[in-house]
Amino acid sequence: MKFNKITLLLCAVLGSATCNLAFADQKTAKQTDAASVKKLKQELQQLQQNYQDKITELESRLSDIEDNNDDTQENIEQLAIDVSQQGNKKAANTFNPGLWMILNGRFVSYNDKFNYALPGYNLSTDAGPGNQGLQLDESELNISTNVDDKFYAWTTISFGADGANIEEAYLQTLNMGNGFNVKFGRFFSNIGYLASKHTHTDDFANRPLPYEAFLGGQFGDDGIQTTWLAPTDVFWESGIELYRGDSFPAVGAGNSGIGTWTAFSHVGGDIGISQSWRAGLSYLHADVKDRQSSASDTFTGISKLWIADFIYRWAPNGNRVDNEFKLQGEYLARNEQGLFSDLNLTNSSIDHNQNGWYLEGVYHFSRLWSAGIRTSRLSSANLANKFAGSVLDDLNHSPIQHSLMVEWNNSEFSHVRFQMDNNNFNGKKENVFILQYIAAFGAHGAHAY
Amino acid sequence: MKSKYKFIASIFAASCLWVQASTVSANINVFSCEPSWQALAQELGGDKVTTFSATNGMQDPHHIQARPSLIAKMRNADLLVCSGADLEVGWLPLLVRRAGNAKLTIGKPGYFFAANYVKLLDIPKVIDRSQGDVHAAGNPHIQTNPKNIALVAKAMVERMKIIDPDNANFYQDRADKFLTRWKKALRKWKKQARQLKGIRIIVQHKSWAYLMDFGRFNEVATIEDKPGIPPTSGHLVDLVKTFKNNPADIIIHAGYQSKKASQWLSQRTGIPSVTLPFTIGGTDKATDLFSLFDNTFDLLTNTLKNNNNKDKQ
Repeated sequence: MKFNKITLLLCAVLGSATCNLAFADQKTAKQTDAASVKKLKQELQQLQQNYQDKITELESRLSDIEDNNDDTQENIEQLAIDVSQQGNKKAANTFNPGLWMILNGRFVSYNDKFNYALPGYNLSTDAGPGNQGLQLDESELNISTNVDDKFYAWTTISFGADGANIEEAYLQTLNMGNGFNVKFGRFFSNIGYLASKHTHTDDFANRPLPYEAFLGGQFGDDGIQTTWLAPTDVFWESGIELYRGDSFPAVGAGNSGIGTWTAFSHVGGDIGISQSWRAGLSYLHADVKDRQSSASDTFTGISKLWIADFIYRWAPNGNRVDNEFKLQGEYLARNEQGLFSDLNLTNSSIDHNQNGWYLEGVYHFSRLWSAGIRTSRLSSANLANKFAGSVLDDLNHSPIQHSLMVEWNNSEFSHVRFQMDNNNFNGKKENVFILQYIAAFGAHGAHAY
Repeated sequence: MKSKYKFIASIFAASCLWVQASTVSANINVFSCEPSWQALAQELGGDKVTTFSATNGMQDPHHIQARPSLIAKMRNADLLVCSGADLEVGWLPLLVRRAGNAKLTIGKPGYFFAANYVKLLDIPKVIDRSQGDVHAAGNPHIQTNPKNIALVAKAMVERMKIIDPDNANFYQDRADKFLTRWKKALRKWKKQARQLKGIRIIVQHKSWAYLMDFGRFNEVATIEDKPGIPPTSGHLVDLVKTFKNNPADIIIHAGYQSKKASQWLSQRTGIPSVTLPFTIGGTDKATDLFSLFDNTFDLLTNTLKNNNNKDKQ
């Protein structure tokens, strides 16, 4: 701006001086002739026009110089190279490796007489709401990075009531292409919806009843997984997994250490801008050898589990920060065929069908708050009389659980949640209250769907 | 038994054909994270590219989820064009890993981050989340400075030439033409910005650093005390106190953000507030890269002019 003014001033002064001179010349040449006055006027106009053009040109040159000074035009290539290298250096420092911690703790309250047992189910030892009172819940250390151009690595070490534990430790291929991915090591299975999720990303403080009953809350094991994503506009991913068979429902790594396999297929997509969904079918096949439940009965045989899952999300304009509604449900059906033993029975042959489902809705109604409701149920087919009184006897009860939760989210990284469970497992209603905190720090975790 | 296998084989063949038919047949299939980069890719690629944007102008690009539809889109893309500088850190790496697309891995020509080609501002000296969701790499909202668009265009066209070498001349030609038009437009915006030089601006979120830099504007306060954490009432009251007697010129927020806090502050201080597009689709008038900045500078100019007129009355 300053330059502009100076230039204008300069031009004006110069212009008027030259004009005066020209005028003086003309004056001495001839006197009061109308024609020459006209000529003079024309020349004056001409001169004014010339200087106006000159001023405009100078202004535009000045503006060009200013633009160039602002590192836009000439040095673009050089700048691009400089900052791209700078950027890469930065990326290496911040990303390699990504390291983050999840802290998770809770206060649990229930009646002293409450005993977590689901009639008809020989539960995994992990099932249940845990101890009463204040406690550190499953907290995790996560480390992940690209190992090289071909592999990505992930490790989750969890700390909880039973000490440290390697929850996941796997390698995943990066550039097989054509939609293929292979994962190997120890990892959570991709069956169903909740199975592959870490519990700290759940909307409730505990897993729904069918997950507790059929998978011990979570299913992960040592194995290998192959997935293939179809090249379609609609999301369609299928995969198979082969596992050691160390985890419930298999337990004990029978069959020379290949005891469990699974297959799954998921489809999903968007409906307009605000809605999205995913649905899937999965199957888990476990060869069980001497699986012992907490009630010290054993089962040997084949355990088959089918899962149908869906999730639907709505967020106005796809902006889920201030407003989101989520509806999620899964149906699990299990058949176990084999030999059952307990204190009274020895190797009694059994063919048993059981199923369960849950449905949950969570409404994130403001930036800071969400609330949710969940119901889950289990039911068992009738068994032969000889199993009366055993852990498999459902005593004509179908366990039901209703849960309510309210969550406060200060930021993406910290949450405090209050949950109330109303359990009716054996005809007697019992309430469980849970107050939980979850905090994440370190590298930015992923917003998994 | 044999006929059963035949049946299965024919089903397989049919599904392969269907899959083949449903894949898009442009030369370069572009997956962009934000609408500005989608528009730029379209400007440079013309009818030789198909483009898709993972977010629209009314969405907050920080908080997108790795939705199934996005994974499916990335599976078939040849070129990934995103802001980078950690803006998409919550969802993009997950999409890339799930998509199983060998063209879009780090170091490949198809993996393009715009922020690597401009000078980043606001690189924090201390990274501590008590200060909010701080971006360690620097401020990633680079598209608010029109000069950055030119820098990114120059880098992006090089990638297109590598990915589709048969049409290298085509892309270069379009890039040259685009940059000529852009240079002309830049002069116009610069002129508009010059009229506003030094204006004092209150921003909603720290997403305008590059616009401030372009226009030599003065960012005097943020409504969002800490990035990513909603403003506290205490902070808002402080802002009213600060600006009641010494008002700033204007309050700005992006199209995707809630107007509430800005309007609240505007009512109490008399400072005019305005919604700027931030990216394409952030306002009705911001429909391409040119109109994005036309609209931005028009809105700033007009809001200030109207306010001055109001004061005079």
